[in-house]
Amino acid sequence: MAGDDSYKGYRGEALSVLKNFGAMVWSDVEIKTSRGTYTGIILPRSETADPLHIVIKLRSGYNIGLLARSIESVTISGRKEAHYKIPEKEFPYDPSRPKVKLLGTGGTIASRLDYRTGAVIPAFSPGELYGSVPELADICNLETEKLFGVFSENMGPEQYIATAKAIGREIAKGVQGIVIGHGTDTMHHTAAILSFMVQDPPVPIVMVGSQRSSDRPSSDAALNLMHSVKTAAESDIAEVMVCMFGPTSDTYGLLHRGTRVRKMHSSYRSTFRTIGDIPIAMVSREKITPLRQDYKRRRADRNVKIDTSFEEKVSIVYYYPNMKPDIIDSLIDNGYRGIVIAGTGLGHVNKPLYPSLARAREKGVAVYMTVQTLWGYVQMYVYDTGRDMMELGVIPAANMLPEVAYVKLAWALGRTPDLEEVRRIMLTPVAGEITKREPSNGYLILQGGIPEVEEFISTIKK
Amino acid sequence: MSEYKFFLKPFAEMTDADYAEVGFRSGLEIHQQLLTDEKLFCRCPAGRYSDTYDAEILRHMRPTLSELGEYDGTALMEFKTKKEIIYRIQRDTVCTYEMDDTPPFMMDEQALDQALGIALLYNLNLVDELHIARKQYLDGSIPTGFQRTTIVGVNGWIPYKDRRISIVQLGLEEDACREVSDVGHRRTYLTDRLGMPLIETVTGPDMRTPQEVAEVAQICRRLVRSTGNVRTGIGAAREDVNVSVRGGTRVEIKGVPRIPRIPLLTYHEAMRQWNLLRLREELRGRGITAETFTSETEDVTRLLQRTSYLPIRDALDAGLLASAVALRGFRDLLSWQTQTNTRFSREISDRVRVVACLTKLPNIVHSDSASETLSSSEWQTVRKAVKATKDDTLVIVWGGPEDVKTGTQEIAIRAKEATIGIPSETRQALGDGTNGFERILPGPDRMYPDTDLPPKKVTQERLDGIRRAIPVPIWTREAWYRELGLPADIVEPLAMSRQADLFEILVKDWKVEPVAAAVALVQFPKRLKKKGLDVRRLDGDILRPILALFRDRKISRDGVLALMESAARGEPMPGAGEIRPATEAEIYAQVAVSSAALRTMTIHNPARKVHVLMGLVMNALRGRVEGAAVVERVRAAAEERC
Repeated sequence: MAGDDSYKGYRGEALSVLKNFGAMVWSDVEIKTSRGTYTGIILPRSETADPLHIVIKLRSGYNIGLLARSIESVTISGRKEAHYKIPEKEFPYDPSRPKVKLLGTGGTIASRLDYRTGAVIPAFSPGELYGSVPELADICNLETEKLFGVFSENMGPEQYIATAKAIGREIAKGVQGIVIGHGTDTMHHTAAILSFMVQDPPVPIVMVGSQRSSDRPSSDAALNLMHSVKTAAESDIAEVMVCMFGPTSDTYGLLHRGTRVRKMHSSYRSTFRTIGDIPIAMVSREKITPLRQDYKRRRADRNVKIDTSFEEKVSIVYYYPNMKPDIIDSLIDNGYRGIVIAGTGLGHVNKPLYPSLARAREKGVAVYMTVQTLWGYVQMYVYDTGRDMMELGVIPAANMLPEVAYVKLAWALGRTPDLEEVRRIMLTPVAGEITKREPSNGYLILQGGIPEVEEFISTIKK
Repeated sequence: MSEYKFFLKPFAEMTDADYAEVGFRSGLEIHQQLLTDEKLFCRCPAGRYSDTYDAEILRHMRPTLSELGEYDGTALMEFKTKKEIIYRIQRDTVCTYEMDDTPPFMMDEQALDQALGIALLYNLNLVDELHIARKQYLDGSIPTGFQRTTIVGVNGWIPYKDRRISIVQLGLEEDACREVSDVGHRRTYLTDRLGMPLIETVTGPDMRTPQEVAEVAQICRRLVRSTGNVRTGIGAAREDVNVSVRGGTRVEIKGVPRIPRIPLLTYHEAMRQWNLLRLREELRGRGITAETFTSETEDVTRLLQRTSYLPIRDALDAGLLASAVALRGFRDLLSWQTQTNTRFSREISDRVRVVACLTKLPNIVHSDSASETLSSSEWQTVRKAVKATKDDTLVIVWGGPEDVKTGTQEIAIRAKEATIGIPSETRQALGDGTNGFERILPGPDRMYPDTDLPPKKVTQERLDGIRRAIPVPIWTREAWYRELGLPADIVEPLAMSRQADLFEILVKDWKVEPVAAAVALVQFPKRLKKKGLDVRRLDGDILRPILALFRDRKISRDGVLALMESAARGEPMPGAGEIRPATEAEIYAQVAVSSAALRTMTIHNPARKVHVLMGLVMNALRGRVEGAAVVERVRAAAEERC
């Protein structure tokens, strides 16, 4: 149909030149410009690119851009629209295999190119996944449901609640394991909130994504998917977990407890790490190896506690030297009900903030302290600063990660307005978000350049 | 049927007409490293090589869809091989970009300028906006599984003989890893070269004989070198050749070691294609086509348990399996000659080696073979097991269960392809000038837009600046040099050297005699280099004054060499006043002195007297006089003294 899609994405000068010659997108053309002659297919234009060039795909498969105003003639020899479709094969069903449900929220487990933005968007269905990763059929019977498709930075309570409810439904139906496809940027936020919204599940709930989009041959998507599906189908770990690469090599994945995991590098495959403790298990294509025994075990029943409370007016404040109290004041004045501070060191902020903290208490705003350093406990007795703040009503949150404390506070305030009750909820661990002890191997950051470290790295597959 | 009657003659006897008879066509794809400081899509230093490494990473590759929604044939083939790829990382040469753990940085501007300059020399139509693409490679040679590449220009040409060779396109792309080893299911690479900027120049299939292919490759080589913007040395330039014959398919041969090896390689590929077409005719004559082709596969492990053929015996003793494939109606065809000293069985063995990863040779035995493998009774037993008649050929393959399964599939696939003609393949150049299978030829389905980087505009101002800086094309220079009467062995080296511009100034502006200038710019540095001197010091600022002295007849040709030598040694140039030609009186005096010295020497061969005396005199007058001016005096002196 003529109209929008015929000149998809083109605007300004490029659009008028194309219209002038009646050359629609997907036309097979020979274009003569002042620089020479070029033959190919006209492609849609990306929204973020300029309005001056026309893109064609040459026979060799390469794309090139031509300056619209330099075009002298266009000869059209045909038109054929391309539909990018991942081959959908029917996922084979085997009654002896466990039933796993894959919930899609976004992320690039399987994806395709979006000409509107020139970027990658998720594509998703059991058939498409089976087409890309046929190995899944050897592990389970997979059903998928696309809950929504958002980039993970756009996640919010609406998505958290919908996901928690979907999990509840599936458990009631008797699924043997749940996998949740999710963007990696905020996977740890979602893993944490789901650990609170979905309590004591009888089956594994595994979050998975990919650091390198699945439209690349080197993508970690396929292996992550295999690992997470295997975990959901076979393991006895009935918790909310994040399953992503261990090292950057294709060797094994790690299962991280949802309340202690964090994305620690902007792009490395091995970006997710358990903070202040060790992961629950290692997973490879062949087996799952628990690294500890204190995890909740799989059960045969279909009971789970779903609580989708969430108070939106909660904020994280990342303290920095010379922070002014008006930051806190504006939160109070804008009706925020909870503030999680990521303080420096053992949990400190500067003195000028004290009056605002006092005001927060007066106004009934719950204020909790976590540490910017991510590792380690808040300990506010050691220095005067800390003691003064506790006097002002700031509550230390032990070794809860700042993002985890944020979602938990939102959840707690969603459940009750009673700040004492909120305090009880916050400081009583539900899913490992506060641990009694930090083992000595909970903080193992090797420094590059040191001879024995380099020696060690050279002996393993990184 | 008679169109394939022609028989290729031995290489040395083939004529242009013979190549025309088989419809020989060939094109080049030349990969040339640019001379930049940094790599193309990251800021690592370019040009550093090292065999040591700090860490290893393990990866696997999986095929992905093209932009238009199809799987590429090569990708599917590579996926079948299920290789583990090991990358060796050396921290000084790669960063997290090469490891595919960080997105690309912006394209290196120096590389783009150099590529645009070369594209202009190739008369290509330049692109206004560069779109970076991903070219999928699943063999593991690039950790991301794709090479970032972009087209800089299309539809160019270069002059050759009385016609033009078309240049289809010139691309700017990243170089790949260097392979260390490929055994069984594991391939290992070094990553130092990864990410270095390369230009890829693709010609049309316009060359008509093997010799033409080599000649055009040399022209391209000289053309890019004339810019001074390309790396030299081993591995900096790699040529791949495409060959097809009448009724054949375009086949690419990679890994051509040096340009002089091209003719024999292309000849063998033409021969292989021609012979495969003749094989197809033979099969047709036997009633075997793609539709009627049949084969039968059976496990024969139990039957061969006691064989004395060692490769199979060892495998079965180790608990591995053996399977036999019967190719119906193929009798004797596995020994059909394809290349010199090579038979059709090699085509099958290659597939088994590459796709089933059965890399230890021999990896198959067959019933058409002249050599002794299984005993005749064993062949009989196998024949019965696969229900084969004497018209069928048997092929046996052995190994682990997965590999044997893939192997038997590949045997049948390749045999069936013989009924169709020549499969589209990428082949590897081998040491003896023949070639072997490397992979299925990739097509445009392996291209995908790179969404990590925005398109890049090439402005007119940028081009204008580059246009001003590029040299005159080598063919234009060479034509002029020939007009000037320069010696043949100087024409080509001078045209591509750094000194070509200086030569032009010397001849046109400074009116230096051309042959002398050319000899000074090309031959003299060579001579000095042979003496072990560093000739890089000899730039325009050093050479111009020296050649000015020659022009003004203050020094002779020898004098030029002498001054160049002292400049190369780092000695200061003599002051203007010290350089003057020898006067008549000085020559006379020197001859007298040297003659006296001569009398004290024992000359065994009297005929050599003049020669020796000349040497003494010229040495002393060191470049201040031309030999011709002295020789008469010397001769007279030598005779007088006799």
